[in-house]
Amino acid sequence: MLGLSKKDTTFLVVVIFLTLMTPILLQPFPEGSVLAQFNAGYPDLMQRFAIYGIFAIGFNILFGLTGYLSFGHAAFLGVGSYSVVWMYKLLGYNVVPGLLLAVVTAGLFALLIGYISLRRSGIYFSILTLAFAQMSFNLAYSVLTPLTNGETGLQVYTDDPQILMGAGSPNSPHFFGIVMNESAKIDVGGWQFTFNNGYYFCAIIAIIVFYLSLRIFRSPFGIMLRAIKTNQTRMTYTGLNPRPYTLAAFVISGMYAGLAGGLLASMDPLAGAERMQWTASGEVVLMTILGGAGTLMGPILGAGFIKYFENIFSKINDDILHTWFAALPDGLEDAIVFMVHPFIGKGWSLTLGLLFMMVVIFLPGGLIEGGNRIWRLVTGRSRNRNTPGKDAQHHPKPTAHVN
Amino acid sequence: MGILEVSNVNKRFGGLQALGDVNLDIAQGTVHAIIGPNGAGKSTLLNVLIGKLVPDTGTVMFDGKSVLGRKPYEINQMGISRVFQTPEIFGDLTVFENMLIPCFAKRDGTFRLHALESIASEKGIIEKAEQMLSDVAMIDKRGMTASSLSRGDKRRLEMAMCLVQEPKLLLLDEPTAGMARADTNNTIELLNHIHESRDITMVIIEHDMHVVFSLAKRITVLAQGSPLVEDTPENIKGHPKVKEAYLGEAAA
Ligand SMILES: Nc1ncnc2c1ncn2[C@@H]1O[C@H](COP(=O)(O)OP(=O)(O)O)[C@@H](O)[C@H]1O
Ligand SMILES: [Mg+2]
Repeated sequence: MLGLSKKDTTFLVVVIFLTLMTPILLQPFPEGSVLAQFNAGYPDLMQRFAIYGIFAIGFNILFGLTGYLSFGHAAFLGVGSYSVVWMYKLLGYNVVPGLLLAVVTAGLFALLIGYISLRRSGIYFSILTLAFAQMSFNLAYSVLTPLTNGETGLQVYTDDPQILMGAGSPNSPHFFGIVMNESAKIDVGGWQFTFNNGYYFCAIIAIIVFYLSLRIFRSPFGIMLRAIKTNQTRMTYTGLNPRPYTLAAFVISGMYAGLAGGLLASMDPLAGAERMQWTASGEVVLMTILGGAGTLMGPILGAGFIKYFENIFSKINDDILHTWFAALPDGLEDAIVFMVHPFIGKGWSLTLGLLFMMVVIFLPGGLIEGGNRIWRLVTGRSRNRNTPGKDAQHHPKPTAHVN
Repeated sequence: MGILEVSNVNKRFGGLQALGDVNLDIAQGTVHAIIGPNGAGKSTLLNVLIGKLVPDTGTVMFDGKSVLGRKPYEINQMGISRVFQTPEIFGDLTVFENMLIPCFAKRDGTFRLHALESIASEKGIIEKAEQMLSDVAMIDKRGMTASSLSRGDKRRLEMAMCLVQEPKLLLLDEPTAGMARADTNNTIELLNHIHESRDITMVIIEHDMHVVFSLAKRITVLAQGSPLVEDTPENIKGHPKVKEAYLGEAAA
């Protein structure tokens, strides 16, 4: 169905189901319970899951498949956000023109940056992309102030033209009248579920672009990209020019990033230069590697993982810690709080750094590999108790190339 | 006029004359062996032919067109495929995926943005890749990751990847090195079969004289970067200069 194999169709259906059920699935703890702080079914957090998921899916097409590690993808994120806010200012709050413009401008931008950066590979490529992104950041921050409103950030003012705004048009981002920041709240028992328009808008787009990435993975083009990662020499002497393939992958992933940036501004009608900073570029690298570069689901898991724990860890403060450890003797309680303190609140990046190091060292294939290992452990044991794990080594079986 | 004409090619690496005044005329449809001791410049000559190296002087004409100054992928698209001395395959891909790539390259040229087409719907390509894998008796290994193959199988896979492109000229750099006797004989049989059924010109570099004499119609002996003699296998066998430069060494 939809040009997919049976297995992939099932996979896609599962992904669609999980995405649409997110507001329920991420709200496992009843309101008012102690654990409610670990719930993640809030509109702005779920929106970030979907948006950064899109960002990471696109990044994975470049990095996961070709192995070219871009350190400048935040530039496209920023371009996407600015495009959307400009369309608000000029036309009105419908997000569609802005998102289209975001994808096109990010694509053109990626074409330019990619064309130059792809003359080199390896670390030189990474440095070139980083340099371009920092240049874009600085341009946005100061030189291009008329376009970006510099430090303040680009936003909509009452005297903006907004020529398509009618009298009855919503006064915040909307999709043909469906207002992004409106939600339906449903109480069931002790639970409260929030079904937010913005989340569902992002989620449906995420499903579409995930489907496209699945198609790319399974296409001849996808094989070519993986061929580039494993042996460019063989590729060249097989009559293929690697450069346009990598450039196409770069532009596609740039367009994904532009779309993600545009969606950020569709949820919250603001665009600031900090969105282009190198930390934002680094974050998508972390998401992809943490989840599992080159796998279909990995980057999405990585994005969800990072955004979820960022939310949890930065919310925790010393007071909350004290309530957690209140049962302990005072001296011990203070000692633990003192030790945990650097890792919470603003110290979240420290935790992220440690997590990342552990994954890279112990699980080079990312969370997906962790999942696979557990799966193998479980199934391997239940199938043949006597020789667990040996079979795979001595009788290599055909395996799917990506999972 | 041959399909491949190499005239007055020179190549120096620093002070080392790797190729000195090489002239070679390879007839359409033949199997031409190049033999010579290690370091004679055999691989360097192939590197010049596929655009990996640019010679200091001289010309290389293939099929009436100059090869020099063209990109390696353009030269391949002109119809020259090469099997390397150390196998160059796509290690992270499966055997079957390795076979698909040359099939796409042959059909679609140096680049095509077929990003939303499904491989599963490419019936013709799949059939061709499977047929070739069957021909080299590797169809049962189609799902294996290429890097996990034995050295002999890697070489065989690389050969299959070149053959499936149906090149006009196939360059083989020691195709049986590292193979067991039985595999070597299979390879000879395969190459003979390919040569007879598909009219591919082959240039083969080989140390194993059994292979050379089973395949070659003509032999060039290269020593210290220059062709020593060129003749039929029968005449080469008894040639005193060759015995001295090469066969003596091999027999020792
Ligand atoms: N890229 C290179 N740079 C420097 N020297 C090289 C290079 N390639 C080959 N040579 C030298 O040229 C000579 C011929 O090498 P080669 O063509 O590989 O010989 P063979 O006949 O064994 O294939 C050798 O002395 C080798 O060291
Ligand atoms: Mg050699």
